[in-house]
Amino acid sequence: MMFDVVVEVRLRAGIADPQGATIERALPALGFDGVTGVSVGKSIRFSLQAADESAAHAVVTDLCHRFLTNPVIEDSEISLHPAEVAAH
Amino acid sequence: MATNVAVIRFPGTNCEFDVVEVVQQLGAQAQIVFHDEPSLGSADAVVIAGGFAHGDYLRPGAIARFSPVMEAVASFAQSGGPVVGICNGFQVLTEANLLPGALQKNAGLKFRCGFTELRVENSNSVLTSEAQVGEILSIPINHFEGNYTCSSETLAELQGEDRVLFRYVTNPNGSVDDIAGICNEGRNVVGLMPHPERACHDLLGSRDGIVLMSSLLHAAGLNAGLPN
Repeated sequence: MMFDVVVEVRLRAGIADPQGATIERALPALGFDGVTGVSVGKSIRFSLQAADESAAHAVVTDLCHRFLTNPVIEDSEISLHPAEVAAH
Repeated sequence: MATNVAVIRFPGTNCEFDVVEVVQQLGAQAQIVFHDEPSLGSADAVVIAGGFAHGDYLRPGAIARFSPVMEAVASFAQSGGPVVGICNGFQVLTEANLLPGALQKNAGLKFRCGFTELRVENSNSVLTSEAQVGEILSIPINHFEGNYTCSSETLAELQGEDRVLFRYVTNPNGSVDDIAGICNEGRNVVGLMPHPERACHDLLGSRDGIVLMSSLLHAAGLNAGLPN
């Protein structure tokens, strides 16, 4: 089966996020008040061939831990669903 | 026979010639080893030079750690061989789990480039054996991601085991505890953000890097079994 995967990488709680802080500080000057908790991460998208959903999840978890994130400073959230088959 | 230093070059490394120049200036031999080499040859010490290995894509050092040469570097380090990672090389060593912690984007998001004052905190390592504790060295930095970060347990370990080798006199990047360089438990693997190889000649504005580079060559000589 083919799966569409999105991995969202973000800084762990407690790790300073200078990009998020800079954006948050800039917002009031643009007239956006009341915005708090800005954080900046990255999202990584790919397709994966795997036997089933739990096998796909296991592969992506391993991939996140060993490569896509640095566990010292980053967490990841995985979303994964069967790829849509093009209609004929 | 002169001691031999392997200087690792990844695609995007740009400080390897500076390191080679200094090693030769100090009377040793250097060879550049490309990242796809599975062996270090007859190296007595390894320097992972600065730059932007693999474009720093994903994270600095994230892709470099999977290069074939890194397995050779890891086993060289495990056997006690001296390994120094400078700047991007420090980032590679943390990604490869040869040193703890991580290098984050600088606080304030500024790319920092210029001379910094470093205080030598410990002389028991392959890079500081000839330096004096408390000595202040003027060494340049040149980085965007040099903000050293680690868990509080790791920090306590580094402090308790005297593994913080250098602190910034004035913290330029937000590093925890002003840390500029650390070593592993065996004290043979060292990572630091400042560039000692760029401070080894009057023309470059400082010779304070020489004491560090010559410490490394001393360790390389011991590793090669040469008389001192």
